[in-house]
Amino acid sequence: MKLKQLSVFLENKPGRLSQPCKALTQAGINILTLCLADTEQFGILRLIVRDWEKAKTVLEKAGCVVKASEVLAIEIPDRTGGLEGVLAILEPNAINIEYMYAFTLKRGGNAVMIARIEDADRAIAILRQKGISLLEPSTFYTLA
Amino acid sequence: MSDNPIHPDSYADFLCPDELQRIQLHRLQEVVRSSYEHVPLTRRRMEERGLKPEHIKTLADIAQLPFMLKTDLRDTYPYGLFARPMKDIVRLHASSGTTGKPIVVGYTREDMKVWSSVMARTFCAAGLTEHDVVQNAFGYGLFTGGLGAHYGAEALGATVIPISGGNTERQIMVLQDFGVTAICSTPSYFLHLIEAIEASGTGFKNLTLKTGVFGAEPWTDAMRAHIEERAHIKAYDIYGLSEIIGPGVAAECSRQCGLHVFEDHFLMEIVDPKTDRVLPDGEAGELVLTTLSKQAIPMIRYRTHDITSIIPERCACGRTLRRIHRISHRSDDMMIIRGVNVFPSQIEAALLKVEKSLPHYQIVLSRKEGLDQLEVQVEVTAEMFNDRVGVLEQLQKKFAHAIEHVVGLRAQVRLVEPQSIARSQGKAKRVIDNRKEGTSR
Repeated sequence: MKLKQLSVFLENKPGRLSQPCKALTQAGINILTLCLADTEQFGILRLIVRDWEKAKTVLEKAGCVVKASEVLAIEIPDRTGGLEGVLAILEPNAINIEYMYAFTLKRGGNAVMIARIEDADRAIAILRQKGISLLEPSTFYTLA
Repeated sequence: MSDNPIHPDSYADFLCPDELQRIQLHRLQEVVRSSYEHVPLTRRRMEERGLKPEHIKTLADIAQLPFMLKTDLRDTYPYGLFARPMKDIVRLHASSGTTGKPIVVGYTREDMKVWSSVMARTFCAAGLTEHDVVQNAFGYGLFTGGLGAHYGAEALGATVIPISGGNTERQIMVLQDFGVTAICSTPSYFLHLIEAIEASGTGFKNLTLKTGVFGAEPWTDAMRAHIEERAHIKAYDIYGLSEIIGPGVAAECSRQCGLHVFEDHFLMEIVDPKTDRVLPDGEAGELVLTTLSKQAIPMIRYRTHDITSIIPERCACGRTLRRIHRISHRSDDMMIIRGVNVFPSQIEAALLKVEKSLPHYQIVLSRKEGLDQLEVQVEVTAEMFNDRVGVLEQLQKKFAHAIEHVVGLRAQVRLVEPQSIARSQGKAKRVIDNRKEGTSR
């Protein structure tokens, strides 16, 4: 139900993104999706790969600070109001979305959003109850 | 004799050496006796060496006495070295120490008189008289610079404008409108003022300013040349430290060739910082000072960590007080940031308040608009890293708060990638000083 996401600390300087990417390329690891959060001084590269453990080792060997955390892959109807409908389920339950970003591929008529949620287990239960589909890691990896 | 008018307090600058030494010995014996009687630390250390105050029979006997260190002030925080009861203390000042606690110094009424007097002599040596209007842009407060200069200029009989530091626009207005003839500040702040005055189109030719008295941080002869040329003034270096009295330990005269130490109040020695051996005049070593007249906190053989040498030749200005060369460097790793003494160990202590183990870090000093900037770069470790931006920003804030709490200065904290701070033989270079190199404080 939960996906592993890797985060990499980057300084906000030109060329800093290419270092972890190069390391993954050399190890033959494909990035399924990524998102870059940045402030004036630093950035956080968040990425999802198939073999996160291997990728973590590769990145750490390349000198990166890496953290693995759990995220949810939520299927969202790809139409106006689709995302809002999901948010409307979570909000009344006081479930806080730390951040979210879109997955590049669609599944059928649905978009896929990657969401970092503090209380993931409760979110899973609530979303499921409302018929929102969450992708299993195995399903997710076949999509990409 | 001097080519400047002399304030009566400055007569002591011209004592014949025999007379000076007689005064010094008398005062030294008194200060040792007072310390022995009233400062437990000093008494214990003297007893350990089998020393009694009466063993001090000549000035050279001082070499038998133990040294005092900055850590002694820290370890006895706040009043442990005071030789007088609090009812006799009329003033406290504080400067940053090697850990979170500052170093506290006190003054009796008599100490305040001495301080005012040596600062009056400092200004007199720079050629100032009662006719001068002095803009005092040293910071007022716990820092000794502002009030030390204030009382000294008043004792001289000059007109003091207690404007304190900062607020450049107002500084320029006062310089223009108040008939200011002399200014005191840190040299870096005056450099900023020069730029602001030039940018404002005022120009120095329209100002009455003729003298600058600068101190509290390192500056070079090159900076002096720059200041004198751009501002059309004479710029003088002064030296002092809170532990001894504040500003007013030594000052340049019209010859601008070394700083005269006010030897009737401060006995100086130069010692080899490694062997502790007293060095002869002319040899470079660590300046060690003994306060000869201070009542509240007598300091005996205080290790300043400032490296200099005594100039044995008599100065052409006529003063008999011996001179020291402008301070070339220090024997420890202390930084002077905006006039505040900071040690890398303080930064470490602050970082350790936030993180359990010490991250790799680097201190980067720069100067922006005449003000020192303190940046601390911290290498991100797996333990502190988080995928949430807010958590990392919070961490930066925590580091910055801890540093400000310990050293009293606002620091910019920058998180950097692991291994991005250069290491030589596994050890990181802790301090990068991008400010103009200095030779004195």
